[in-house]
Amino acid sequence: MSSKGEILKRIKLNQPDLVSELPNLNLLGSEQFDVLETYKTVLKGIGGDPVEVANYDEIINYIKSNYNLEKRLITTLPELSEIASLDWKTVDPHSLQDVELTVIKAHFGVAENSGLWVTDDILGQRVAPFIAQYLAIIVHKKDLVPTMQQAYQRIGNMEYGFGTFIAGPSKTADIEQSLVLGAHGARGLIVFLLD
Amino acid sequence: MSSEKTIPHSEAAAKFNKDVERVNWHDETLWFVRAKRDKSAHQIEDWELLRETASQIKFNVLSNIHDYLVEFEANAQRNGIIVHWAADAKEHNEIVHSIMAKHDVKQMVKSKSMLTEECHLNDYLAEKGIEVIDSDLGEYIVQLRKEPPSHIVLPAIHLKKEDVSETFHEHLGTEKGNFNPQYLTESARQSLRNTFLTRKVALTGVNFAVAETGEFVVCTNEGNADMGAHLADVHIACMGFEKLIPKREHLGVFLRLLARSATGQPITTFSSHFKKPRDGKEMHIVIVDNGRSTQLGREDFRNSLKCIRCGACMNTCPVYRRSGGHSYHNAVAGPIGSILAPNLDMSKNADLPFASTLCGSCTNVCPVKIDIHDQLYKWRQVLVKEGHTPKAKTIAMKTMATVLANPTVFNIAGKSGRFVMKNIPGMVNNKMNKWYDQREMPDVPEESFREWYKKNSRESKAKRDEQ
Repeated sequence: MSSKGEILKRIKLNQPDLVSELPNLNLLGSEQFDVLETYKTVLKGIGGDPVEVANYDEIINYIKSNYNLEKRLITTLPELSEIASLDWKTVDPHSLQDVELTVIKAHFGVAENSGLWVTDDILGQRVAPFIAQYLAIIVHKKDLVPTMQQAYQRIGNMEYGFGTFIAGPSKTADIEQSLVLGAHGARGLIVFLLD
Repeated sequence: MSSEKTIPHSEAAAKFNKDVERVNWHDETLWFVRAKRDKSAHQIEDWELLRETASQIKFNVLSNIHDYLVEFEANAQRNGIIVHWAADAKEHNEIVHSIMAKHDVKQMVKSKSMLTEECHLNDYLAEKGIEVIDSDLGEYIVQLRKEPPSHIVLPAIHLKKEDVSETFHEHLGTEKGNFNPQYLTESARQSLRNTFLTRKVALTGVNFAVAETGEFVVCTNEGNADMGAHLADVHIACMGFEKLIPKREHLGVFLRLLARSATGQPITTFSSHFKKPRDGKEMHIVIVDNGRSTQLGREDFRNSLKCIRCGACMNTCPVYRRSGGHSYHNAVAGPIGSILAPNLDMSKNADLPFASTLCGSCTNVCPVKIDIHDQLYKWRQVLVKEGHTPKAKTIAMKTMATVLANPTVFNIAGKSGRFVMKNIPGMVNNKMNKWYDQREMPDVPEESFREWYKKNSRESKAKRDEQ
């Protein structure tokens, strides 16, 4: 407690007297571009795979033909119960270590950086998108916004315990600036762009 | 580490410069990152407006930081986060240790935090018998090699894949001579996955903390902060108090700038917002001062607290690129580190503001518009005035001042200088003369400009008179 008082006292004493006003954020985010095309281009640029689909059946078929269904596939979406399990939301998160593919849905996506906004109420478990070998995220095309400016307008006062923007698969360039996908998290990210 | 004698920047840089090929490689690698930053920035129409907006937000933070901290603490506590305050590095380390001790845990997994480097947390915990494993790949590599990071964003940027291969062969038993980054990264992935799955306590840094909501944001590409935090029972986040921003909506500005300035990416792979602990788990935040409130009171240098740690100033700095991060003997290297370090210890870090050409490139790339090169110039004046610069330099500068202030002395000095350089060059071209280091001395002109001017003006006057 004493340190808190001491630090705050020193800060009050040393901070500038003249108070600077906060800038107007409404001047930002007016850039014009094709949101869907930009989203796909940026996602590919950072190692993710955009896949346009009309409905959940197409997603199921895609997963069937691209992933080994013998392995552990998990999802939060009842629509996908045919190929992935739904009963993992209350298990010890460590037990998700053998998950091959996690399929979740995003609230929305951001075209300028291909980020997808997810929060714990749609994640099932916070660690689920990180611990799986591969990750697939579904987002409606109508839920793509141009820039982070619109993204935070959309988030607004949304309540969550944890939320994250996911942009592409886990990656590193720490060894001589060589880009390697799959550092600790997912080795690949499929984004299903749903009509 | 802190008890070791500090090697001055110029000496350490001279050592780094001995391997010419490696210096050139280091220079080119960082310039490659800087070029990616440019490309990325130029793609954003609003880039300059974003920089200006970010700068204005940070000015507002600096002038309201007291109230924002109080607001942040209240909101974080309401969210169920336990808030701690640390006046200095020692108290920060003690707080982290006390949390470990309370849970009777001897192992920790850490994601990148330059603040814990600044506080030498790893050394402190090691003394207490606690094992810390750094999980960012670059940090993991330098940790295995018992080196500090040489760059705040790219901790192992000074190493080649051959070095990493050798280190992993020794510590992880990877194939000797296999330099493939994919293979090496995979080995680290396997090893660290086991760490994530077994640690009860995870520590992360903080990129931004939001006063309005009491949440904090951690940005990584690897997902290591998330793997640690979401699997552990206890998450400790450590932040310098300047990481605060007023509102959640301001994150939109900073997240657009951070990764583009750092590596040229449109955003980091994961930008994780931690607001509440998981059910039944603990989340702690340690708010650290460690000299920041002093810097806040130094009018000329307080802007350095606007820094969001993107590293762009390092990547562009001609001195950093050719001297390497370790030559700065401070947790934060490069131009911004050279402003922050003297605040922590003026006598130990007096050399750093001189490790700059003052070319201004750092200022030009800074996403929050810190006047970096101006501050470096101002630090030099403070350090000289307070007597922290080497005697030789002080004497040389005083002599220079006398010579430049007196035309007669200046004339004589010029003449004798030209005479000496021409007839007894060994007196100038030797190790005592710092200007001779790495430089060819120029050919001596026959006469000074003043002599030339006198002669010519006489001649042209004579010509005019003839007409």
